[in-house]
Amino acid sequence: MSRSFLESTAVGFGRAFTRAMLSETTAQRRGWLQSLDPRVRVVGLFALVLAVTLSRKLAAVAALLVVAFAMAVLSRVSVVTLAKRVWLIVLGFTGVIALPALFVTPGQPVAALGSVVITEQGLRTAALLILRVETAVTFTTLLVLCTPWSHVLKALRALWLPKEAIVMLAMTYRYVFLLVETANQMFESRRSRTVGILKPQDQRRMAARTAGVLLSKSVALSNDVYLAMQSRGFRGDVQVLSDWHLTLWDLAGLLGFVLAGSLAVWMGR
Amino acid sequence: MHIPDGYLSPSTCGVLYVGAATGWYAALKRLRQALLSRVIPLISVFAAFSFVVMMFNLPLPGGTTGHALGVTIAAIVLGPSGAILALSIAIAIQALFFGDGGITTLGANCFNMAIVASLVAYASYRLIAAGAALASRRRVIAAAIAGYLAINVAALFAAVEFGIQPMLFHDASGTPLYAPYPLSIAVPAMMIGHLTFAGLAEAVISAGLVAYLQVADPGLLRPTSGLPSDATAEPATVPALPRLWIAIAVLMLLTPLGILAAGTAWGEWSPAQLARAASSASTASSPASAVPVGLQRLAKFWTAPFPAYAPTFVHSRGFGYLLSAMFGVGILLTVSLAARSWAARHRRKESSA
Repeated sequence: MSRSFLESTAVGFGRAFTRAMLSETTAQRRGWLQSLDPRVRVVGLFALVLAVTLSRKLAAVAALLVVAFAMAVLSRVSVVTLAKRVWLIVLGFTGVIALPALFVTPGQPVAALGSVVITEQGLRTAALLILRVETAVTFTTLLVLCTPWSHVLKALRALWLPKEAIVMLAMTYRYVFLLVETANQMFESRRSRTVGILKPQDQRRMAARTAGVLLSKSVALSNDVYLAMQSRGFRGDVQVLSDWHLTLWDLAGLLGFVLAGSLAVWMGR
Repeated sequence: MHIPDGYLSPSTCGVLYVGAATGWYAALKRLRQALLSRVIPLISVFAAFSFVVMMFNLPLPGGTTGHALGVTIAAIVLGPSGAILALSIAIAIQALFFGDGGITTLGANCFNMAIVASLVAYASYRLIAAGAALASRRRVIAAAIAGYLAINVAALFAAVEFGIQPMLFHDASGTPLYAPYPLSIAVPAMMIGHLTFAGLAEAVISAGLVAYLQVADPGLLRPTSGLPSDATAEPATVPALPRLWIAIAVLMLLTPLGILAAGTAWGEWSPAQLARAASSASTASSPASAVPVGLQRLAKFWTAPFPAYAPTFVHSRGFGYLLSAMFGVGILLTVSLAARSWAARHRRKESSA
């Protein structure tokens, strides 16, 4: 019991590091999405996610999933990674949620499993939900895998996000990994000193104490960052460098995103 | 509770983005009044802390495990504005970097988990811990209750957002276009998990963290404690009136929740409802005409000004409940103020005699 609690938390921390490493590696590859201006990538992929949500027909959402697949191949993103990281997980999670809709949605009966009846409307709503989530998550994952986080943040400035919000997002991302590493080390050291099985209340106490120490360390860290900012002359004015220039290639890419999205929305209206 | 893309319609997402943006704007405006260079690192590091706490696999009573949100401790240490921004940033990073929660639903997720949960956590903690010393056990209990309430109210908001989808967004054949379950399924399905596991996880971590801070770093609990900033001062009697007003306002806003329940409360039937129930039961022992004569006679004795908590001139049932609540609270306040003034006059007379 003690092992599962300590280990499962440590596994979660490890997974976060693995994902971050994978994103950094994929973002460096030479592919179609990587060749576009990060602002075009962010705006274009957000527009396609919106198109997925606006499309009301299965065929239109399925067409967008094909577009996402093609984008992944052109951007040299491993299809196996996508299948493992997105398609199977979404199918498992949304599939479980969508399954009862087959039986509880009122409509035309198409099949019967004993006394329960599957309706046409139930089948369509379940398929639409699963396909829509699969497609939207694929687009979001492509953005994450093909764009370094620092570029995503700079691109978000193009969406009129306040500078303070950008700075806080950047700082949070930076310190998430530091705190994950700190928490991981605390759990590791605790695990190495734990013999036998801890009672559930002791486990809860340990988790709360670990979180408490992490909180104290976080506050101390924020004080250090504040002093560092003061020493560098920060007076509340946030400066964000913006040295990107849109080329014809980027504009063509943006046009492609807009056309694909608009076509899907028109098809699925 | 992280809603992925595709579960909510674009118009629902739009409305919730507007709701979330209002909260962000208000929180940012409030924090800009403080020293920005101090606030930015504090909120950023706290957002990172909340992110890490969400990854903790907490052992719960009953042998299972659950994940907390960390919103309650953020509201207790940073106050509601800081908590709204810290949690929103943590949720945005989860959506943009880890794919946990959607992009079109980011507004909805921030509205539920950052804004609603922060406000509920902060209000309930301040209400329950009012006037308690920093090291008081009441603060630990207040944190646990605040955590439990915050998660469950946020989950209820998410459930209602899911539950209204099939009602509002379906095609000509009746196929739901987004989340397929009506309120009658979405609310219990969502609440069972949160009332049992997620709410408990937040309660456990919030209470544990407040207990830890009471010993290790009580200064972090002081800014939102309502106690004077002087560490040596005795806990003063905190004016309870503002908290009482907040509690009354929250309770009044919650009155339309009764509409969600189907049917009539047991034993509160009108003669017509009783007759309908008896005829539908149609057993030999309860014939259709089984409405007691006394009930029929006394039912006409008094006609309420707001029958069924809905004044006749109001068409919205929810607004009718709210209006009835305001009317009822108004009457009670008038009566209590009159009684207080009478008692004060009586005391003055006695002391002068």
